[in-house]
Amino acid sequence: MLELRGLEAAYGDVPALSGVTLRVGAGEIVALLGPNGAGKSTLLGCVSGLVRPRAGSISWEGKNLLTIAPHLIVERGLAVVPEGRRLFGSMTVEDNLELGAFSPRARAARRESLARVFALFPDLRARRRQVVRALSGGQQQMVAVGRALMASPRLLMLDEPSLGIAPQLVRAILDALVEINRAGVAILLVEQNVRAALTLAHRAYILEGGRVVGEGAGADLLRDPHVRRAYLGPLAAGG
Amino acid sequence: MTLLAQQIVLGLLLGGLYGLAAAGLSLVFGVLKVLNVAHGELIMLGGYGAYWLFALLGMDPFAALLLVIPGALLLGAGLYTGLFGFVVRAHEETRIKNSLLVGFGLALALHALAVRLWTADDRSISTGYGGAVLTVGPIAIPLIRLASLLVALALIAGLHLLLARWRWGKAIRATAEDWQAALLTGIDIRRAYLLAFALGTALAGAAGTLVSVGYSISPSIGLEWTLKALIVVVLAGLGSMLGTFVAGLFVGVAEALSAAAFGGPYREVVGLVIFLVVLVLRPQGLFGRASR
Repeated sequence: MLELRGLEAAYGDVPALSGVTLRVGAGEIVALLGPNGAGKSTLLGCVSGLVRPRAGSISWEGKNLLTIAPHLIVERGLAVVPEGRRLFGSMTVEDNLELGAFSPRARAARRESLARVFALFPDLRARRRQVVRALSGGQQQMVAVGRALMASPRLLMLDEPSLGIAPQLVRAILDALVEINRAGVAILLVEQNVRAALTLAHRAYILEGGRVVGEGAGADLLRDPHVRRAYLGPLAAGG
Repeated sequence: MTLLAQQIVLGLLLGGLYGLAAAGLSLVFGVLKVLNVAHGELIMLGGYGAYWLFALLGMDPFAALLLVIPGALLLGAGLYTGLFGFVVRAHEETRIKNSLLVGFGLALALHALAVRLWTADDRSISTGYGGAVLTVGPIAIPLIRLASLLVALALIAGLHLLLARWRWGKAIRATAEDWQAALLTGIDIRRAYLLAFALGTALAGAAGTLVSVGYSISPSIGLEWTLKALIVVVLAGLGSMLGTFVAGLFVGVAEALSAAAFGGPYREVVGLVIFLVVLVLRPQGLFGRASR
């Protein structure tokens, strides 16, 4: 469904992505792992339309995505939960969610989408009129995921959703992702929490220095010695 | 004492128009991150628009608002599409610089146009009910200026509701807060910019109409009103239309008090002093959000 081929991106003279090729198939959960600065956020930026790549191609459901404006990419069925959430802090939970369904296609389904979001995150229903700035990090993350869901996406992309969130809430969010995926939404997950991401994902790519250095099924990568040494810590590498 | 109270009342009435003038500037600055230094000229044009409707068609200026406001909306949309739409394509640093250049150029052009069309003389709309005054004890409240204050308040309240409840109003607020997140949410931020600029121009046009009937206008009032609006915007901070209105009242009263305390010439100075004090002590303004 989503296919990146030979993607090259840079910030000025600093290369960020070199020859990146990856794909996300319908109904898959694909994890994108790698150290800080590897280019994971840049990759999401290219797909979402905020970053223009220098070379390569991005196609979605067979059509070229590179010439499409970011807000129209949402209309085509891709939604992003950005790093750091990027919510509209001065506005209420309800307003943030409502804005998530701004594109025409999403707007038509907004009532069902909202019901689904509140079913996934019951906490938010009670807080719907609260200003987002006043919520905890974990609750904000739920709003961020909810806002992206309101766009009725067929592919949901998340950039480090567990960053700075209490462990129980991380669990809740990851469980929600499984449910979302079960409903037919493909997921591209950029995560620092490698163990959690690999347990969740069908497949994963490893990005280092802007290049894809590893690829495989989630379970296989969990056992891979390089992955264990680099990302799962010394205790894991021994086993 | 009565004289002071009278001056304060007059200051309050003028302050309402300051607030209305500032609201338009604040909206454009907050959403587009562009300082439209031609904002005062747009106010001036609004005033002349009402003047023309009065002089040529005998239209009452308050009724003329019904034509001036839509007209200014269209003018704003046109100015955005033809001019400021290009300025917003640059990133923020270049954007501010370009907006000053474009704004000053626009201001000069509009000023010259106004002199051409209406000469440099002061103009004012004198209606039949112009001299009517509401007397509250020893204080005389000119009815036209009171009506203008109420209209200004109504327009600000209307704008507040528009931004709070209308789908595109929320989109405008979202774009002002985080344009990248707005794009990722599916909002066409160029359209949000267009709407914000058009609304800002409409507010300027309305302010100009009220100035032309309660006070007087000339092609040169542009710069003066841009400065007043800027002072109020800085005092209020960005993000609250109602706060901007209150800040406008504050400046109006402060001017009246300083004129009473120090004499006429110091009327303008207090505004600039407020400007500096706020920038030093509380840069986000009285009602603004502290920047991240």
